[in-house]
Amino acid sequence: MTHLLEVNDLHAYYGPTHVLSGIHFSLNKGGITTILGANGAGKTTTLRALCGMVTTKGQISLDGRRIDGSACEEIVRMGVAHVPEGRGTFAALTTEENLKLGAVTRRDKHGVTQDLEHMYSLFPRLKERRKQQAGTLSGGEQQMLAVARALMLRPNLLLLDEPSFGLAPLIVAELFEILGRINREDGVSMLLVEQNAELALDLASHAYLLETGKVVLSGSAEEIQEHDQVRRTYLGY
Amino acid sequence: MDLFLQLVLSGLATGCIYACLALAVVTIHTTSGQVNFAQGEMAMFSAYIAWSLIDLGLPYWLAFILTLAVSFLGAAMIQIFLLRPMAQASILSHVIVFLGLFTIFNSTAGWIWSFTIKPFPSPFPEGSVMGLIGFHELGVLGVVLVLLAAVYAFLNFTPVGLAMRAAAENPTSARLVGIRVGRMLALGWGLAAVMGAAAGMMIAPVVYLEPNMMAGILLYGFAAAVVGGIDSPAGAVAGGILVGVIENLAGAYLPFIGNELKLSTALLVIVIVLLVKPSGLFGRTAVNRV
Repeated sequence: MTHLLEVNDLHAYYGPTHVLSGIHFSLNKGGITTILGANGAGKTTTLRALCGMVTTKGQISLDGRRIDGSACEEIVRMGVAHVPEGRGTFAALTTEENLKLGAVTRRDKHGVTQDLEHMYSLFPRLKERRKQQAGTLSGGEQQMLAVARALMLRPNLLLLDEPSFGLAPLIVAELFEILGRINREDGVSMLLVEQNAELALDLASHAYLLETGKVVLSGSAEEIQEHDQVRRTYLGY
Repeated sequence: MDLFLQLVLSGLATGCIYACLALAVVTIHTTSGQVNFAQGEMAMFSAYIAWSLIDLGLPYWLAFILTLAVSFLGAAMIQIFLLRPMAQASILSHVIVFLGLFTIFNSTAGWIWSFTIKPFPSPFPEGSVMGLIGFHELGVLGVVLVLLAAVYAFLNFTPVGLAMRAAAENPTSARLVGIRVGRMLALGWGLAAVMGAAAGMMIAPVVYLEPNMMAGILLYGFAAAVVGGIDSPAGAVAGGILVGVIENLAGAYLPFIGNELKLSTALLVIVIVLLVKPSGLFGRTAVNRV
């Protein structure tokens, strides 16, 4: 299987703070990979580094093309969608405007209209709220909006930062089912950062474990799930 | 009664000009958080460009359109080459740069076109409608309303307009959906300059063309922006019209104000609004749920 994403010796910095110290990982085309780790391990930073939101050193290749050092908006235009921590809602705009913004770089008008309807069928709650100011949506609805907005790009690679954050368990289950379906049906590759390790390992095929800015463990989701240390620390059994 | 109506109508016309300038200020403020003190001088410079084009023998409306285009490009260039490199600089640095632009435009205009007062043509005929409102004022109303409608339609019904609003509201998220935020800022500057240029060309026949013509007008524009709410385009328009009418009525009916203290009413309006309702009439307190 070919790699969609290859990361070599990636360092990331917030000012003088060295957050990632030389991580390596890769992501198969059409696969779902998850990054596990405690708070402050550098999971969110890894996603930010991939789309040019923080200062980095090292190599990031998307489909064989170097993207490190490119501006965030240019990386997005190469088909990398990001569901950011904190959802990044355009609070003063309507739900529908938020969704349209997800596809603002696309030129196929017809496809965008189709995808909008597709999102409304995936997330009926968003359809009910389409004319409503997005800032007034509930946390869960805004999270769905963030995922739907990212999908409106028709991404090759979807970066998900804690998609289950603030969602009721039933909705989380539904969201992960939708993510799995999108991965299978549309072949969207995903890189998932998730506090809920059990959930993440169920969806993903590969996993990496980050500890204070370093990859300490990697393997298939099953292997990681069976790993004693991971079980004790992150899965709790 | 006739006098009152007359005052209100001519107040509406000048108010529309203030609205244009206020909208220019608000556009730049919402997209970049900065207040462009040079907005008025840029408008004055645009009016001089129009005067030169007309002087060369171009028909008025061609000169008008060309001036709008030149102003758009010029302002976008200023944003790209002057402000973009200093995007990380402090607010104070920006204030200084805007004051610098103010002086540069003012003295360059004086250097090129001299400081002597020039008449500026109005495209509209002399005379008035039933003695109530002059054709020029009526024309100003029409031009400004068309311009405002165009800006409104652009912002609300086109993808680029949507991208611009998104970039103004949340630059980080805007980048995450692939919007080139830098270009949106340049576009904002261009649009602001277009509105300023229209205001300059519409007011020039009234106040005559000279490098300091916009100083007072910009103050009214600021008053309008503050009255309407510095982050609300609709508010800027309403504020502009309100300030225009208030200024006219106060000048006529409050004997101690007269013509001399008219400009002070603008300042008074600013102070009152800031005291009573700092967010302005239309200033929106964004609803946010966490």
